[in-house]
Amino acid sequence: MSASGVRLEGERRFTTPRLVRRNAWTLGTCALFVAVMIFTVVIHPSYGPFEVHSLVVGALPLAFAAVAEASVVLAGGIDLSVGAMMAVANVLAARYMLHHGFETSLIISALVLIGGSLAGGLNGVVAWRTRVPDIVVTLAMSFVWGGVALLILAQPGGGAPDQFLSIASGSFFTPWVPNGLLLLVFVVALVWVPIRLSRAGLALYAVGSDRTAAFRRGVTIGPVRILSYALGGFFAACGGLALLMSTGIGSPLSGTIYTLSAISAIVLGGVSLAGGRGSLIGPIVAAFILTLIPADLILLGTDPNYGQVVTGALIVLVVMAGGLAPFLRRRRPRLAA
Amino acid sequence: MSASTAGLRTGRSSLQSQLSERPVIALVAVLLVLVAVIAVVRPGTVGPTWIGNTILFAAPLGIVAAGQTLVMLTGGIDLSVAAVITSAAYVAASQSYYGSVRAILLALAVGLGVGLVNGLGVAIFRVQPLIMTLGMSLVVSGSLLIYQLTTSHEGPPNVPDIARALGSGKLADLIPYSAFLWVAIAAIVMVGLRSTGLGRLMYAVGDNPVAVRLAGIRAWPVLLATYIICGFLAGVAGLVLLGAIGGADLSLGDVYLLPSVAAVVIGGTSIYGGHGGYAGTLLGALILTVLSSFFTLIDAPDPVKQILYGLIVVLLAALYVRTAGDSG
Repeated sequence: MSASGVRLEGERRFTTPRLVRRNAWTLGTCALFVAVMIFTVVIHPSYGPFEVHSLVVGALPLAFAAVAEASVVLAGGIDLSVGAMMAVANVLAARYMLHHGFETSLIISALVLIGGSLAGGLNGVVAWRTRVPDIVVTLAMSFVWGGVALLILAQPGGGAPDQFLSIASGSFFTPWVPNGLLLLVFVVALVWVPIRLSRAGLALYAVGSDRTAAFRRGVTIGPVRILSYALGGFFAACGGLALLMSTGIGSPLSGTIYTLSAISAIVLGGVSLAGGRGSLIGPIVAAFILTLIPADLILLGTDPNYGQVVTGALIVLVVMAGGLAPFLRRRRPRLAA
Repeated sequence: MSASTAGLRTGRSSLQSQLSERPVIALVAVLLVLVAVIAVVRPGTVGPTWIGNTILFAAPLGIVAAGQTLVMLTGGIDLSVAAVITSAAYVAASQSYYGSVRAILLALAVGLGVGLVNGLGVAIFRVQPLIMTLGMSLVVSGSLLIYQLTTSHEGPPNVPDIARALGSGKLADLIPYSAFLWVAIAAIVMVGLRSTGLGRLMYAVGDNPVAVRLAGIRAWPVLLATYIICGFLAGVAGLVLLGAIGGADLSLGDVYLLPSVAAVVIGGTSIYGGHGGYAGTLLGALILTVLSSFFTLIDAPDPVKQILYGLIVVLLAALYVRTAGDSG
C-alpha cells in the first residue's frame, strides 16, 4: 500500500499484472534460485533435510549481511563496514558468552544488537554531519571496526553455550524447515515490516529514490539516513550472531568477506545501488544462491575456488542483463516510429 | 546551489577562500605538521634516509592512487585495484623462473586485461563502476587462487631483478629508484590531465555526461581508456610492491584498497567526478604513508593503528569538505 505512494519516474505501463511488474527482479531471483536448486538435486539426488539444514545455517550470516546492506542502500547510502561490524558482534558475543548459561547469552545477544544499531547509526551521523561521501565514511569505519574486533579478540576463540548455538540448527515442525530459516524470517519481518508500513519506511524509499524531491516534500533527510544505517548495524549484528551460531567460535577476521558478498547479494537480488528500488526478499534469496553455488561446485568435484569466479561473473552478467532490459525497452518505440 | 555557495564564499576570510581555491596548500601544511610531530616525538628520526624510505613506501600507493584518481574524475570507482596489485605481483613472482622480462610483461598484461574488462563493462555495457569492479575483483582473486594451485610446481617463486631494483634499490643509497618512476608517472598524469584531449574529456565526462553527449562527444572511448590506464597502473604498483616487500602472497594488495580511495579523497578529488587532480592525491598518498610510519614509530599495536588510521581518514575528509565548502 505504501509502495504505491512512491511513483518512480520512467516507469512504463505494461499489460502484465501489477504484482509481477513491480517485483519482476525479485521473481527472477527466485526463479534463478529454483533453477540452481533443481540443478543441485539433479547432481546430488540424495538431497535431503540434512543438506537443507546445512545450506540454511551456512547462508544465515550472509542473508543477514545482505539485509543490512539492502536497508542502507534502499535509502540511497552504501555501507562498506557491514562485514567489520559483523566481526565485532561476532567476537563480542563469543568472548562474553563463553562459560555462561543460556539466559546470560540471550542478554548478551540483546546488548550486542543494541550496540550494532548504535554503531550503524554512528555511520549515518558521521556521513550526515560531515557531508563526506557515504562510501568514504563507511570504508574508513570498516578499518575502525576491524581494529576494534582485533582488540576484543586477537585470534579466533571464545565460544557460546550449546543451547545458544543450537538455536539455528534444530527444527520445530518438519526437518525440511530448519529453525534458522524461521529465525531469519521472524527477525527480518519483526523489524522491517512495521517500518516498511509506517511513514518511516515510505520516507526511507523516498530519500533513496530522490533526496532533493524528498526534502522538498518535507522529509527530514538526516534522521531517515541515520535510521537506515542503524537498521544496517542491527542486521549486521544479527549476522555476527548467526556467524557465531554457524561456526561456534568468534573470529575477528571472519567478517571481511561479508561486505563484498553482501553487496553481491543485493545486486543479484535487484536492489538498485542508486537507491529507492528493491525489496529485502530478493537479497535474502540471492544470499541462498550465493551459498549454494560453491557447494554445488564441490559436489561436481570442481575446485571450490571457482565459486568466487562464478559469483563475480554472475553478478556482472546479471547486472548487464538487467541494464539491457530498460535499454531495449527504450529502443523499441523509437524503432516502431 | 551555486548561488548559495557563492554567497558563502564572499563571507569568508581571505585565508579560507585561498585554502578552498588551492587545497594543495592545506595538504602541504598537514604533511609538514605530521613530519614535525614525528621530529618532536622521536628526535633524530627525520633525515635523508627516513625521507627516502617514506618515498619508497609511498610509491606503490601513489602509483595505484594515480589510476584511482583518473577513474574517480570520471565519476567512477575501481574496487578491483587490490586484486590487480596482488595478481600482478604474484604472477611476476611465479613466472620469474622463466626470466624477468617475461614475468614483468605478464604482470602488466594482467593489469591491462582487468582494466580492459572493467572498461568494457562500464563504458559499453553501462554497468555501475562499483558493481563492475567489485565483480571483477572477485573474478580476479578467485582466478589467482586457481592459478596458485595449478602453477606451484613450476619452479620456486622469486622476485624478478627489475622489480627488485625498482622496489627496493636506491640511487647513491638515498633516492629510491621507485621515486623516479613515480615522478615520471605523476608528470605524465598531471600534464596529460591538463593539456591532452583525453585528460580534459575525463573531467568533462565526470562533471556532466549529458553535456558531453550533447556536445557530440562519445564518452565510451574515454571511460574505456580510463579503466585500462587504472588497471595498468595497479599492475605497475603491484610490481613495485613486489620489489619492496621481496615476495608475494595472496593478500599482498588488500591493504591498498582503502588507502587508494582515501588518498584521492583527502587529495580533494570529488568522488562524484569532475573536480580535483593528481597533485592532491600525491600529497594524500604521502600524508597516509607518513601517518602509518608515525604509528609504527610510537609502537602502536596493529588494531590501534587500524582504528586511528580509519578515524584520521574520516577526519581529514571531513576537514577537506568543510574547507572546500564542497559536498563531495
